[in-house]
Amino acid sequence: MAGVMTGFGNFTHAVVRAIPSSLAKEALRMNVLDVDLVKAQREHEVYVGVLKHKLGLQVIELPADESLPDCVFVEDAAVVCGDTALITRPGAESRRKETEAMRRALKELDLNIFEMSDENATLDGGDVLFTGREFFVGLSKRTNQKGAEILADVFKDYAVSTVPVTDGLHLKSFCSMGGPGLIVIGSSEPAQKALKIMQQMSDHRYNKLTVPDDIAANTIYMNLPSKGHVLLHCTPEEFPESAKVFEKLKDHMLIPVSNMEKVKVDGALTCCSVLINKKAKV
Amino acid sequence: MVMCHVTMLDGSQFPCEVEKRAKGQYLFFKVYEALNLLEKDYFGLSYKDNSDQTCWLDPTKEIKRQIRNDTWQFAFNVKFYPPDPSQLTEDITRYLLCLQLRQDIVSGRLPCSFVTHSLLGSYALQAELGDHDSGEHRLDYISDFQFAPSQTKEMEEKVVELHKTHRGMTPAQADAQFLENAKKLSMYGVDLHHAKDSEGVDIMLGVCANGLLIYKDRLRINRFAWPKILKISYKRSNFYIKIRPGETEQFESSVGFKLPNHRAAKRVWKVCVENHTFFRLMTPEAPTKAKFLTLGSKFRYSGRTQAQTRQASTLIDRPAPYFERTSSKRISRSLDGAPVINVTEAQELAPTSGENGREPGLELSSDSKDLDKTQEDVLKHQASISELKRSFMEATPEPRPSQWEKRLTASPATSLRLQAQGSLEEEITSILFSKFACESGLVDPGCTTTRRAAEGAVVTASGPLASAPLTTEVLLSTDESKPTKHQRCPPSRTQEPLPDLTVDTVAKSADDKQKSGEAAWQAAEVEIEETVVIEEIRVAPKGSVTTPVLITPVAMETEVEKPKEEVKEEQKRPVSVSSDSEEEEEEEAGEYHPQVTVSASVDQIKEEPEEEEEEEEEEEEEQQVNEEPEPVAEAGPLPTEPQLAPVAEESPEDILVTPDEAPNGHAESREGHHGPVALEEQEEEEPRVNGDASHSETERLPQVICCSEPPVVKTEMVTISDTFAAQKTEIATKEVPIVHTETKTITYEAAQLDGSGDGEPGVLMTAQTITSESLCTTTTTHITKTLKGGLSETRIEKRIVITGDSDIDHDQALAQAIKEAKEQHPDMSVTRVVVHKETELAEEGED
Repeated sequence: MAGVMTGFGNFTHAVVRAIPSSLAKEALRMNVLDVDLVKAQREHEVYVGVLKHKLGLQVIELPADESLPDCVFVEDAAVVCGDTALITRPGAESRRKETEAMRRALKELDLNIFEMSDENATLDGGDVLFTGREFFVGLSKRTNQKGAEILADVFKDYAVSTVPVTDGLHLKSFCSMGGPGLIVIGSSEPAQKALKIMQQMSDHRYNKLTVPDDIAANTIYMNLPSKGHVLLHCTPEEFPESAKVFEKLKDHMLIPVSNMEKVKVDGALTCCSVLINKKAKV
Repeated sequence: MVMCHVTMLDGSQFPCEVEKRAKGQYLFFKVYEALNLLEKDYFGLSYKDNSDQTCWLDPTKEIKRQIRNDTWQFAFNVKFYPPDPSQLTEDITRYLLCLQLRQDIVSGRLPCSFVTHSLLGSYALQAELGDHDSGEHRLDYISDFQFAPSQTKEMEEKVVELHKTHRGMTPAQADAQFLENAKKLSMYGVDLHHAKDSEGVDIMLGVCANGLLIYKDRLRINRFAWPKILKISYKRSNFYIKIRPGETEQFESSVGFKLPNHRAAKRVWKVCVENHTFFRLMTPEAPTKAKFLTLGSKFRYSGRTQAQTRQASTLIDRPAPYFERTSSKRISRSLDGAPVINVTEAQELAPTSGENGREPGLELSSDSKDLDKTQEDVLKHQASISELKRSFMEATPEPRPSQWEKRLTASPATSLRLQAQGSLEEEITSILFSKFACESGLVDPGCTTTRRAAEGAVVTASGPLASAPLTTEVLLSTDESKPTKHQRCPPSRTQEPLPDLTVDTVAKSADDKQKSGEAAWQAAEVEIEETVVIEEIRVAPKGSVTTPVLITPVAMETEVEKPKEEVKEEQKRPVSVSSDSEEEEEEEAGEYHPQVTVSASVDQIKEEPEEEEEEEEEEEEEQQVNEEPEPVAEAGPLPTEPQLAPVAEESPEDILVTPDEAPNGHAESREGHHGPVALEEQEEEEPRVNGDASHSETERLPQVICCSEPPVVKTEMVTISDTFAAQKTEIATKEVPIVHTETKTITYEAAQLDGSGDGEPGVLMTAQTITSESLCTTTTTHITKTLKGGLSETRIEKRIVITGDSDIDHDQALAQAIKEAKEQHPDMSVTRVVVHKETELAEEGED
């Protein structure tokens, strides 16, 4: 049994969900952009393929739900840390039902499930940055104080600090963990400001990796038994400058993953999966 | 003799008889002696005050005066949670920390997730019961243990499941594992205090090793690491921190919090001071005490810091002491052997399991007989350890009763505690008398830069009196400057004496400017117990200046005779040291400045001078008596004890300053420097105050140097902020805080001689604080001697706090106080009078 806060980045399972065709037209987005559904679906298949085949995770694929155009972005529906899962109450009303399938899937994985039943609370998983030592919760259009409080109540071991998110959709729209104690951060002013706040709020010191493009700062870090440090990040086609920055990470196994279409509906890399560390039963 | 009852961490009661007037440290000593604990500095004794709030017993003060009730009931607790328990030297220390944490967990003070509760519970089981034995441990053995505030069957199963995986782990190892996990919990070692932000929103202040955390509900909404905090203060029920400006910010900002009452504000302030000192400083701030004339709260952390205690621990050289774990009946328990468990015993324990939040078996402590023998041996051994310990503790300031304390306890006046409640009016007046005696002086080229920043800070207040309706302070300051034969700074007689009595207005105006910034802040702190008065008077390099001090020759003798153990390299070059710190800290006028570099704060812990110093003071006192025409301790409404502690330096080695003191002192003293000020006043000023203290003073004193604050102080710099981190920087602090008092501070100053005006702050020679109380006045006298340039200077500051309701004639009392002060020190001149009047508008007094 691992102790508190060990094994940051260890994952065995991933929950993903297929893209419904309603995504192209109906998914929420901050900028009006046309999405090529087929491209998006192919992109997502590659993403799932990386998790499944390249990294060897057990991937639970939930079927798409046409009535939930944003359902591919499973991250927002649940926050999982250790053996504990918090089923969220997404900020966008149209997305609330996305949690149902997620709840079932996580129950099947035998996690301790917590619900966010308070009707005043909203929380999108995209606003939750877990650093391995603590949580930062972005207070955004989608996540409110009450939601953050409930998260703090569920994950009692950890400090939960709030970070105002003024620009961008979610906290993780401009940052993510790139390794233990390493925050990847966009270079925009709001991103840098948020980083400052996080640094001030934390008892721990974090290294930072600044990338020119905010959305490129959204990466997926894993620490896998057979592979070591793994980082899924943007492709050079999308963000050539940012992609170069990641090449500095010599210890990481770098896997560029395209996210060109999903980003049009504000989907970032982390949005499309919920990662879980399910240890084998003793 | 009084019987104290101390609840130990294992739940047992430790009865201990103490003298009625015993200080906290006596009881503390008894407790850790009984525990056989060497790494004691992480621990403390707590008690409940009348409002059922938990307070820490101050080791340096009498127990009786702290507890304020008749239940001599205490609890032995961890006071400073070591951030890395693996660095503790002894298992027994870790064991006690584990017990504390188990209490914290069960009481909900230390929140944990389900998984963590289970994990920690399983280590507790392993430490207590040893390996899980499936044959003998039935599942219900565990129901008697408490692992969480509310414990489910599911959790118990999980604990058992985990317990099984710890097979082979010794109790010490299990404790270590327990701590490794517990220390990572976000609330580990966080001391929470209820408060409100500016909008009246309920928040929590969390004080910990790293700084101050602000919580709203369970969320951390801000954090102020110690290095970010410049000053901690409190006033009434408000608690303030002054924040170092960020890279992009230009100004310091202050954040204020509203505590439920004055006591709560003071409590959080104290905890902050202690935690900061313990975790951030190498040594407690005791050295600075010598430096400043401080009024108000005398409180400073007086124990060892973590750095010191760690160092001390490296010298621990004893076989790991035997100690009983909670399940004390199991004889086979040894420190590292896997315990042999006897199920029947485990079950015997069962009935004792605590509903009251205690681990089962906690209550069973010291009743086993064969243990006693072991204890004896251990104690014998410990005796030698304590020897060792003592010997190296001597290097660090240890609490010792000072002369003043002794004297005070003998004085009937001390028993009169001012406890006026529900005050309507409060007045604080400070009068500063100053006398110059310059036989010759040095001119330091740097003199022009002297500043008066400190003046703004002359506002003072005192803790116990905070609630008292009226406070008047009289600061009496005397300066005696003498040439020293300091080799490094030979009196530069070649220098032209400065023309007499020039008031350096330039310096002043610059200073005023500075003050206008500071003034507001300081004003806000008027009532804070912890405000500092710094008054440094620089003496012009005049051969002709006033009365040569009689004391001088005598003092020199004394100095010479004294064996100096404290001579340190640094003392020979105090100047350079000082200038470094000055740069950083020049604006700070006092208060508790929680910076490692600063120790700007005044140390008012007068109660524990080092031994040598004490002796020194004693001798000086004797001299004092000889020299002073006036009897030293005057009975009367203003019982002050003039202490013209004379120090004349024969050589640099004589400087009675520890290396720590020197730089610190310098940092501060700089602020107190006055610009060159005219000298002539000193003879003329006769602050005979008749009716209106403030006004009459104004007229009489030839030069009203500053009236630093408008009559009604608006504490503009302070914000009771909402503490959202994001907004914090922007919001800055321009709002007017909620202060329920009206304060008025008027400062009068005589022109002062300040020729030497060297930028150098001088070396502190001695400092003393004397406090005496009578019915409605409390007089605090601070005497410091400083060596600056070639001059030795004695300053006496008296603060007279007059408290009472409106039916006391404050003006009369003040006039009387000033008169008496004058009479007592006929050869001194008044350099400054600060009248501070505080009227409470809304709040009822809480102290």
